[in-house]
Amino acid sequence: MTAPLLSVSDLHVGFRRLDGDAPAVRGISFDLARGETLALVGESGSGKSVTALSILQLLPYPRAFHERGSIRFDGQELLGAPEARLRRVRGDRIAMIFQEPMTSLNPLHGIGRQIGETLEVHRGLRGEACHARVIELLRLVGLGNAEKRLSALPHELSGGQRQRVMIAMALANEPDILIADEPTTALDVTIQAQILALLKDVQRRFGMALLLITHDLSIVAKMADRVAVMQAGLVVESGPVTSVFSAPQHAYTRKLLAATPKGRPAQAAMDAPEVLSCQGLKVWFPVKGGVFKRTIGQIKAVDGVDLSIREGQTVGVVGESGSGKTTLGLALLRLIKSDGPVAFLGRPLNGLNGAALRPLRREMQIVFQDPYGSLSPRLSVGEIVAEGLEVHGLGGKAAGRRRLVEEALAEVGLEPETADRYPHEFSGGQRQRIAIARALVLKPRFVVLDEPTSALDLSVQAQIVDLLRALQERRRLAYLFISHDLRVVRALADRLVVMKDGRVVEAGAADAIFTNPQSAYTRALMAAAFDLETPRV
Amino acid sequence: MTPMTARRLDAFCRNRRGFWSLWIFLFLFGASLCAELLANDRPLLIRYEGQFYWPVVQDYPETAFGGDFQTEADYRDPYLIERIAEKGWAVWPPIRYSYGTVNYDTPGPVPSPPTGDNLLGTDDQGRDVAARLIYGLRLSVLFGLALTAISSAIGILAGAVQGYFGGVTDLLFQRFLEIWGGLPQLFILIIVASILTPSFGTLLGIMVLFSWTGLVGLIRAEFLRGRNFDYVRAARALGVPEWRIMIRHVLPNAMVATLTFLPFILNGSIVSLTSLDFLGLGLPPGSASLGDLLRQGKENLQAPWLGIAGFTVLALILSLLVFIGEAVRDALDPRKTTL
Repeated sequence: MTAPLLSVSDLHVGFRRLDGDAPAVRGISFDLARGETLALVGESGSGKSVTALSILQLLPYPRAFHERGSIRFDGQELLGAPEARLRRVRGDRIAMIFQEPMTSLNPLHGIGRQIGETLEVHRGLRGEACHARVIELLRLVGLGNAEKRLSALPHELSGGQRQRVMIAMALANEPDILIADEPTTALDVTIQAQILALLKDVQRRFGMALLLITHDLSIVAKMADRVAVMQAGLVVESGPVTSVFSAPQHAYTRKLLAATPKGRPAQAAMDAPEVLSCQGLKVWFPVKGGVFKRTIGQIKAVDGVDLSIREGQTVGVVGESGSGKTTLGLALLRLIKSDGPVAFLGRPLNGLNGAALRPLRREMQIVFQDPYGSLSPRLSVGEIVAEGLEVHGLGGKAAGRRRLVEEALAEVGLEPETADRYPHEFSGGQRQRIAIARALVLKPRFVVLDEPTSALDLSVQAQIVDLLRALQERRRLAYLFISHDLRVVRALADRLVVMKDGRVVEAGAADAIFTNPQSAYTRALMAAAFDLETPRV
Repeated sequence: MTPMTARRLDAFCRNRRGFWSLWIFLFLFGASLCAELLANDRPLLIRYEGQFYWPVVQDYPETAFGGDFQTEADYRDPYLIERIAEKGWAVWPPIRYSYGTVNYDTPGPVPSPPTGDNLLGTDDQGRDVAARLIYGLRLSVLFGLALTAISSAIGILAGAVQGYFGGVTDLLFQRFLEIWGGLPQLFILIIVASILTPSFGTLLGIMVLFSWTGLVGLIRAEFLRGRNFDYVRAARALGVPEWRIMIRHVLPNAMVATLTFLPFILNGSIVSLTSLDFLGLGLPPGSASLGDLLRQGKENLQAPWLGIAGFTVLALILSLLVFIGEAVRDALDPRKTTL
């Protein structure tokens, strides 16, 4: 076997902090051969992104430091190499694409210019030659209408298109290695499948090595030749994907592989009372234009949705971003204005103002996607959970409220002492439990769950799904479960609503839709989600 | 105290320059608050015929010390000093002049240069410069603090309402602010000064009229950002009333930005009072103020001790506040404290 293209051995990365040094990577080694795909897998905080960034020496030095280790690329040592040599490697021999395509492109420059910049810096290409090459690259990554799009600004492109531009930029100089740091995490499932197919295609064409960083094991199975599983800064297991996945040696790998949300949704009785219903619900945002700001059009975020949720039932709402799922949830809770009758426990909600609605707020709650954003960082967990009790005058005096708070925390699997600590001391999964406790302490009948698991690691997702199901069974809760992740929805929802552009494409019993989807859109969505296949359109 | 506050406090103390600046500033401000005990034309304590007198706290007639008149005692009168020395003793403050005391006994024409008696010389009316500096400093800082507190309070309230409710409220308020900001501040001040007698209160009122807009934009932006946070939406879903969301959930975020600006706003307030006094549009004639001292320095270039003394004190205070402001800014900077 020839010498590997990239060889990382005994790499250590640490960060200097006010309260002492914190190790992020504690001695990992791996090799990457020409044309090969290696996947680094692990949960958040396992040090996989830090490893990738240290290859190109892009960490915030001198706050970050390498205690030991070596990164050899094509016979050259990169660790501690002079800036001039690193610049020759970066973007030319080793290129990188990042997770968030919105922030990795400069919003003020046209995409043609941004791609041209790499060509100019490393190849000295200018003018006509540069222009032609940029168009060639954009065609290569499948961005239609390339000539006309050269001066397009990043915000004029969709997430998937931006990621294509990022890939074009990375490919500009035909690098030997492409590092892709969670390249599809911020994208919709169908787009994700397209981008993965594109990556595979360009890798084959250029004979590049691909270092793929991801937390999603299904992507690894689809894309990678070899895999290295990382946990807490160490590689716990590595080897060919097929053997690691079929016969995992390490306990952590087994745990990761087993961590997909499982179980069957609880079946609600068909005669259970209806908790919430809406007919022809519409949320239209006016588009204003002209001198007098007249309404010249409408953005139909939610356009005529009928829904009915019974006690103890979970209605899953799925669709891509921009399909109006979240807007629907907010409109049902009367957090934004909408048209069309909404009834809660038989009472119409339309026309009720803030004060009249307040008693009903107790009975309907919401859990948000981002557990880092949904808890006020300045209040203790106890204060956060007790806020609803105070507003609704429940639980009597402070001591009574405290008891209810502790009960709610216990119910979501947290210690009562949690109440005296602050949100930043908790992990994402624990924070999501706190957010659930905040909703549950009011003993609601109906809870909107807006992507409650998508910001969490896979193993934590499964725990939260189990928790939600257990709570539902105990309290006969009605859930509106909004998600783009069909695997989670399958584990929790017994009825399903598929949305596209504000309209319902398909609705019915979840089992029926999963086994026999009727509409083409639903079929495409499922192919992308479960098999990572690009739908044939 | 939340852990975040503790971390910020720690970061502030780590900035040694800002930390010491704060202590020096507090010491100077504290000292100037006791100006009556440091620079006064009456003794702190008199022992006369076996009895104690407290002239700083209480007025005594001259007859109390064996004088001839029922009028208030003038403790700088050589006759009275002699009488007190005969039958007791007196404890004087370190500087035997108040801000308005005229020294008729200068070695030459006023403004007279520094002597052992007038450590920093006298101004063009024979008043002790050191005493006027101490009283002037107190006045400037108190004025600055009052102006900062009132205009920040109004600014935060206005910005909060604008940012939180947004929409038409925001639109109308912004237009109003643009018009308000177009008013010629100095011109209005001159007109008002010709109608009302300028005093601490009226000056403060007029300055507040124009300085409250300073923070509005910042707070508005913070509230516009903050009202869309998930935890604000969560609070709304819990049925928390709007005013309570504003105070409890959004305001703490906006306070970080405000706190960062406070030392600089205080600086600006002190400078604006000083510049008005310098132009002669400020406090009534005779009051001790740093701007008045600077004006005298400009008019009496042959007496450099006036300008130098005024400049040094003003520069010192402004620099201290800037250093404190920098330390506060660093302490509240999440990129530095979350290290």
